[in-house]
Order: sequence, then C-alpha cells, then structure tokens
Amino acid sequence: MHSEASIREPLILGHKTYHDITNDIVTPIENKAPRGWYVLMVIASLIAAYGTGCILYLISKGIGVWGLNKTVDWAWDITNFVWWVGIGHAGTLISAVLLLFRQKWRMAINRSAEAMTIFAVIMAATFPGIHMGRIWMSYWVLPLPNQFGSLWVNFNSPLLWDVFAISTYFSVSLVFWYIGLIPDFATIRDRVTKPAMKKAYSILSFGWTGNAKAWTRFEEVSLVLAGIATPLVFSVHSVVSFDFATSIVPGWHTTIFPPYFVSGAVFSGFAMVQTLLLVMRKVMHLENYITIKHIEYMNIVIIVTGSIVGVAYITELFISWYSGVEYESYAFINRATGPYWWAYWSMMTCNVISPQLFWFRKLRRNLAFTFFMSIIVNIGMWFERFVIIVTSLHRDYLPSAWTMFHPTWVDVGVFIGTIGIFFTLYLLFARYFPVLALNEVKSILKVSGESYKKDAAKHQHH
Amino acid sequence: MAKKVIYAVYEDPEELKTGARKLVSHGIKVKDVFSPFPVHGIDPIIGITRTRLGIVSFMFGITGTCLALLGIWYFNIFDWPMNIGGKPSQAMYKNLPAFIPVTFEFTVLCAAHGMAITYLIRNKTLPGMPARNPDPRTTDDKFIIEVRTDENHGHTAEEITGLLRETPVFEINERQY
Repeated sequence: MHSEASIREPLILGHKTYHDITNDIVTPIENKAPRGWYVLMVIASLIAAYGTGCILYLISKGIGVWGLNKTVDWAWDITNFVWWVGIGHAGTLISAVLLLFRQKWRMAINRSAEAMTIFAVIMAATFPGIHMGRIWMSYWVLPLPNQFGSLWVNFNSPLLWDVFAISTYFSVSLVFWYIGLIPDFATIRDRVTKPAMKKAYSILSFGWTGNAKAWTRFEEVSLVLAGIATPLVFSVHSVVSFDFATSIVPGWHTTIFPPYFVSGAVFSGFAMVQTLLLVMRKVMHLENYITIKHIEYMNIVIIVTGSIVGVAYITELFISWYSGVEYESYAFINRATGPYWWAYWSMMTCNVISPQLFWFRKLRRNLAFTFFMSIIVNIGMWFERFVIIVTSLHRDYLPSAWTMFHPTWVDVGVFIGTIGIFFTLYLLFARYFPVLALNEVKSILKVSGESYKKDAAKHQHH
Repeated sequence: MAKKVIYAVYEDPEELKTGARKLVSHGIKVKDVFSPFPVHGIDPIIGITRTRLGIVSFMFGITGTCLALLGIWYFNIFDWPMNIGGKPSQAMYKNLPAFIPVTFEFTVLCAAHGMAITYLIRNKTLPGMPARNPDPRTTDDKFIIEVRTDENHGHTAEEITGLLRETPVFEINERQY
C-alpha cells in the first residue's frame, strides 16, 4: 500500500476507524440539532426575510429606489455581484484545482467549500437579475426566437459572456457537488432508522451501490469534471473582469484585470471558507478532521493570493503613471486622495498589509487570529470592488457630471439580505447534508491518519 | 444443485484485494466488489475494463463547440448582423475572437452535463432508484466480494469459502437465489 512520509503532519487526528468517521459525520444529522443551530437559523432567516422584502420592494418600485444616479449607474449591486462570485471561486479551487494537484488536505474541506460556492453563486446571480429592473424580462438575455425581427442577443458583449459564464459555472458546480454527494447520501440511507429520513436519503442517493465499476466511473467523472472545472473557474472571473476591462472608463480599461480578479476571487473565497469552517469545526466537533494544519494550508493560500493582489494594485498605480494618459493617472490619484480615499485605504490595509502577518507561523496557526483576519479580508475585498466600480465612475471625462454615490436603505437592505439568505442556505446544508466527503476522507485514513502513520513509522524502525 | 451467492466481508481494502487475488488465481470469477470508497487496484484483479466516460465527455464537448459556433454564426453573422460602435459583424473569422468566451463556456457546459448524465444512466443511479448493495454495511466500513456459483461451475460453494477462509476475511455469508 502507498504510504506517506512521517514528517508530513497527519490529516486525521486520533485513532479513527472507518466506522468512527461515519459516526462522527452522520450522528449530528440523525440527532436533534443543537440549540445554537436554531439561534443562528432564526437570526439568518430573519435577515433573509428582510432582504427578500427589500428585493420585492425594489422589483415593485424599480431600481430608482437604489442610490444610483446618471453618473454612478453601477454601484453596490455590481460590487455585491463581483464579491459573491469571487467568494464562490474558492470552492471550485479546492475541489477541482487541488484534486488535479493531488492535495489530500482538500478532502476534509471540499464538500463545505463547494456548498459555499453554490450558495454564493446563487447570491451573485440575484444582482444582475434584479438590476435589470424588469426581472420578468430576464429571459431576453437568452438567444430565443422572438417577434422583434428576430433580434438576437449580441455575442460580442462581455455582459452576454457573463450570462453564459455564470450559468455554466453554477450548473457545473452543482453537478460536481452532487455527484460527490451521492455515495455519502447512500451511507446515510443505509444507516438511519427513521422511515421518513430513510425515504428522503434513499431518493437523494439515487440507488447508489458502490460496486467496483461504479467507483471507477466515479473517479473518472471526478477527474474529468475537475479538469474542465479548472479552466472554467478561471474563465468565469476573467469574464467578470471583462465587464470592466473592455470599457473605456479610466480605471477599468486595463489588461491586468483578468488575473488580478481571479487571484482576488480566490483570496476572498478562502477567507469566507475560513469564516465558515472555523465556526463549523467548533460547533460540529470536527477538530480531528479539519485540523490546525488545514487552517494553516488555507492561510498560506490567502497570503499567496493576497500578495498577488497587492502586486496587481501597485502595478496598476505604476502603469497609470507610466502610460502617460492623464485620465488614467487622475483616476488613480483620485482613488487614493479623492473623496473616496477612505475606501481605497481600507482596501489597501485589509488586502495588502494585514495578510502579510500570516508570514508568522504562530499567527497562521492561531484560530482566533485566523477568524479575525478572514473577516478583515472579506471586508477588504468588498471595498476593492467598491473602489474599482464607484471611484472610477464618479469622476470620469466630464467634470460637470462629477458626483458622489450615496446608498439608500434598499441598497443596504438587499446586500445584508443576501448575506442572510446565504447563511440560511449554509445552515440548512450543515444540518442535513454530510459536511465532509465521507468516501474521500475514508480513502486517506490509513495513509494520512495519525495513529496509522505512527504504526507505519514503528514498522520502519524495526 | 442450488444456485448460491457468496459474500465475503472484509474490513480493509488491502485484505479484500488479497481475497480477490486468491480467488482469481484459482480460476474463480468474482462477480463484483462493493466498498465504501474506491479500492485502488481492484479493477485489473477482477477484470474490470477502463471506463470510456472520458471519451463521452470529449464527444459532448466537441458537439458543444460546434453547436455554439454554428448558433453564433447564425444569430450574429447571418440572420441579424449588428453594427455596434462602427464595428460591424460581417464575417465569422473577423469576429471570432469575441465569440471564443461563449464557445468555451458552451463547450464546458455540454461536456460536463453530457458526461454527468451518461454517468448516472450507466451506473443506474437516478432519482427514486432502489438501493442495490447486498449489505448496508458496504457504505459504512465493510468491503464485500460477491461470487456466484452458477458462474463458477468447476467449483463448489465449500471450495470457494474454503479458499476465502485462508485470507483475512471478517465473515462469509451465503444466500440462495
């Protein structure tokens, strides 16, 4: 059997058997939820209800109730859209890119990270939808035969590319996630005794058998889906950045955008994974599976992508001066010293300076500090999108049109509301779905489990 | 002679492979193996051929590429060419760079969903299908080899279980069918 170097830290702590892993993950699903879950659920669903109310108000009144004006005609809506899509990227990176790189530590976190991806993309897709104003006409983005000529959608437009990119990304992520879930639903199906639960998980598990050929196919599908999801995830945020980069607005019109947006997306996504997992491992007692080493690995990804983002910010500044284009230079001087200086410097502090603290091993492995930093990065990445969108628009070529953007309560309500909906969905996932990929974690138990590694080391010394 | 199906239950994938190797070396055909996670290296032992799902995915993908290019050509070049910002859509080859993103996304869409649907159908895993694993423990912590006597006419059930008992087997169950 394949064995692993003893200097690698174990990925599963303590002495576990296959059955223990099933127990640890399925028991919380069988039992009544802890009180904390109900408390969080009530808070999240109240915020979700408020947000839904705001969205319905927005749809019934029209987007005039947002703070947009004719100069700043994209603001919080698109900021939130890009922020949520970016968060989604970490899930695919963990499940697809780390699968291709054969990183075993992904196995404990990929399930919940992918769930996060799906819920984040749902939240993201809400924003372009409601920004259309007449959401009942949203099918116009599809190339459907119609009575206008027939007038087709414009395939030269990055906004249309986005429609295809986001919908492909959402549906492929959903399928990838569900195919991994089927064998674990079967584990629950074969274990629970309550008839209603048995029936429900029996339907969800699609009659999974776990015979040899099924597993061969399973592994092939996982590998091929990972292989095509990898370019897909990079394409999605590249296309999101094209929404800006193909325009002629100073501050948007830069070729650096695609890689800069993708690394920013991974950066913010990993921060959100940390926020969710640090709470979940504590509440659901998953410390033996999501170890300090897992947290440290994710913090290393955060420092790498955070540094790429930092280099991108500085490159942008340099090129705006070096290009000799005065509009471009002004856009960046205005960002740093204009009326939105506070947003720019919040972004710089949160995204470039603070993640550098993770160079200290002590801080990388400190849970409270990691949690704090994950919130800081989430805030910083929201400000990044706000800075790119609003500070570029509010002062462009025509000084007589210069203005400021002031959000209304609907702007705030819709944004806070999506956070509520996201957490409601995530809490439901944590309650009813296997939060670890059982079949994958079991497959590395005897290679990367703590007690098995110790036994293997003993054998070698004999 | 009554037809019998023998289930040899193991607690470890390596032990299961030892059992399967033993049977195969005596010319006994292993019907199937059930496990809670993929047992690497079992396929060549029990004679399972490589899946062709990768090829399926490629075929769906290339179909997606062709459909996307054909569709875009029809919509934006043939049926209703648009002139936006003094940049008319006149020829496919001139506009092609702008059509690449949607072509790529549609290729991925078709490849992923085509393969996923084929996978579900081939595995007979679809919503509402009944569970067909012989023992509920195979999705938890047990690994099972299934052998059928009517596929192994040269061997009696006793002979097969005898061979299995020489391996680190956890339990052996026999059933008539």
